[in-house]
Amino acid sequence: MSQATTKTAADDALAEGEPEPTTEAAERPEVRLRLGGTTAPGVFSFLGAAAGAFALCWLLYERLLPLSGALGFWLSWFVVFNGLYLLIGRTQWDSRTARENAVRALAVSAGVVVVALIADQVGFVSVRGWAAARHLTFFTQDMEHTGPLSPLTSGGALAAIVGTLEQLGLATLFSVPLGIGAAVYLAEIGGRTAKAVRTLIEAMTALPSIVAGLFILGVAILTLGLQKSGFAASLALTVMMMPIVTRAAEVVIRLVPGTLREASYALGSSHWRTVWNVVLPTARRGLVTAVVLGMARGVGETSPVLLTSGFTSHLNLNPFHDHQVSLPVYIWNYVRMPTPNMVARGFAAAMTLMIIVLVLFVTARTLGGRADKEGSR
Amino acid sequence: MAEAVLAADAEEDRPRRIDAPVTLPDKFFRAGLRVAGLSVFALMGLIALFLLLRGFQALRFTGWSFFTQSAWKPQGGVFGIAAVLPNGILIALVALIIAVPVALTTAVFISEYAPLRIRATLVSLIDLMAAIPSIVYGLWGFYFLQPLMVGPSRWLSNHLGGVLPFLKVRTGDIGTSYTSSTFIVGTVVSLMIIPIITSLSREVMSQTPRGEREGAYALGSTRWGMVRSVVLPYARGGIVGAVMLGFGRAMGETIAIAMIISPSFSLAWHVLENGANSISALIILRFGESDSLGLSALMAAGLVLFLLTFAVNLAASVIINRSRSGASTAD
Repeated sequence: MSQATTKTAADDALAEGEPEPTTEAAERPEVRLRLGGTTAPGVFSFLGAAAGAFALCWLLYERLLPLSGALGFWLSWFVVFNGLYLLIGRTQWDSRTARENAVRALAVSAGVVVVALIADQVGFVSVRGWAAARHLTFFTQDMEHTGPLSPLTSGGALAAIVGTLEQLGLATLFSVPLGIGAAVYLAEIGGRTAKAVRTLIEAMTALPSIVAGLFILGVAILTLGLQKSGFAASLALTVMMMPIVTRAAEVVIRLVPGTLREASYALGSSHWRTVWNVVLPTARRGLVTAVVLGMARGVGETSPVLLTSGFTSHLNLNPFHDHQVSLPVYIWNYVRMPTPNMVARGFAAAMTLMIIVLVLFVTARTLGGRADKEGSR
Repeated sequence: MAEAVLAADAEEDRPRRIDAPVTLPDKFFRAGLRVAGLSVFALMGLIALFLLLRGFQALRFTGWSFFTQSAWKPQGGVFGIAAVLPNGILIALVALIIAVPVALTTAVFISEYAPLRIRATLVSLIDLMAAIPSIVYGLWGFYFLQPLMVGPSRWLSNHLGGVLPFLKVRTGDIGTSYTSSTFIVGTVVSLMIIPIITSLSREVMSQTPRGEREGAYALGSTRWGMVRSVVLPYARGGIVGAVMLGFGRAMGETIAIAMIISPSFSLAWHVLENGANSISALIILRFGESDSLGLSALMAAGLVLFLLTFAVNLAASVIINRSRSGASTAD
């Protein structure tokens, strides 16, 4: 049996925290058997493949072939590295072990790449946004008196921040009763119809946001004759947020132990009393998480808001009357302008938006950490 | 006497009929829940209905040529989706080609290889990636990724363009020939669907029964052997569903595409060449300058997009729920 086989199996057992066999544990102290782990040949094969690939790529890329560009270089480095690592492994291990190690390297690098991408996005937007966001006026002024060439100390995203918060608040107000009601329906009533509703909601979470915008534009503005306003935008956001809230809420409601419900019924309470006094309070933290996750997804939606809220450069506190700007619309409008200061303001707004998303997201995770762990397996 | 007692016992032993009377508040409560649940049906129906109503004017104006005309000039009475629809599908396909390998490898990494300590953090990070607003992806793609992509695009065009004609760039070897292309937009969109595909397929992979995993190990399998012979077959349905859901999402993606492309109204099958388009980008870029007929035409295009993505998404969620791995989560 190859070394890697026993190693991985043992690793797995240890990592998953399986109970050790306890029959003879009482007699003699247990010595944990370590199989494998990192060995010097393993580490050096890895490093050697990396260095060799780097050298080969540099030679080919920079000296022999007429190529340039950092992205292309690292892509070819990665391909050469994987090939080399497999070859080096093949010279000392049997083929299964070599393949196992190569796959492990591939899997780890995919994880690293994805994490690096996220870090890069957050970092890039923050760095580019800092130029405008370091002036406090960015958070205290609107764009009413700011021209295309005004310095960064003038003009800011106050109107957009206020608009975003108001629209998000209204959308939350609409989507929470609807979303949680639907979730309770799915979890507590069930049946064939509920299955169909669940499938439909899953399809609806992937509804193109532009369609939600067009729908509200067609219904509220063109047919019912409402103005383009923050209210119309919040309706479009509701269409986007409701399925997300429903799906996340249903999972946590299902986690409420059935014995609690039975105890409540046994005490003679009715269905609605049970849900209201037992199920929902038990799932409270998870429900808050569901709502906050929905908010985090809703706050960044651009296209539905763009179609329904209109654009204005000045502060409008009333979401029910007249056009109202929000952060995504602000970004969309200003980064496409030709002057660098406007683009910088757009980036600063993007940074603000990212911070709001991050705060909402971290809130959701810290509140729902426990419920999530239970629910994910 | 004894017989009478027995008879009475027999009488009493019959199971009592249990009926739980539904009180009036309960009736209201359940009706309310049903309304909330069924509102989803109503909402989806209304979306289709209103897009159809609003788009009817344009559809009647052009008739079937709406699907065969590739230009978009509503002021001149000539418009159709023969170019924007396939171009949008092309962007989604490019996105899938890039996203699927990365997403599946990441999912395997998180569910099988990552140390248990950082697994929860990685799952949160993937969810965070899904929550990053699409306008931020657009900014990042336009200002950060696009300059980096010109080099590889040029290389692909110069060296492989002869063999694979769709990689050829016909507009000359200058930097702007390679920007705003289907390839670059597809790359940005691929980053937006990676978290969706990753998190869904990771979820089904982690539901693989423990006994089957241990069985594979007991037969002498390496970890990769176990993944290939146990986890991937088990999760196949979920993975197919996840990829389809990613495709649907890529079709509907708007802002990131609209920020990067320079709209083209001919079939953009030279994927590295400047010029791309999609229905959603068309809508967002044109709705401001549209008259009544133009707006109606956009609504009709939106209806086509809605029906298409809805069909893909519905099929995906049915596949996920039908597959062996999804059955346990369905109820």
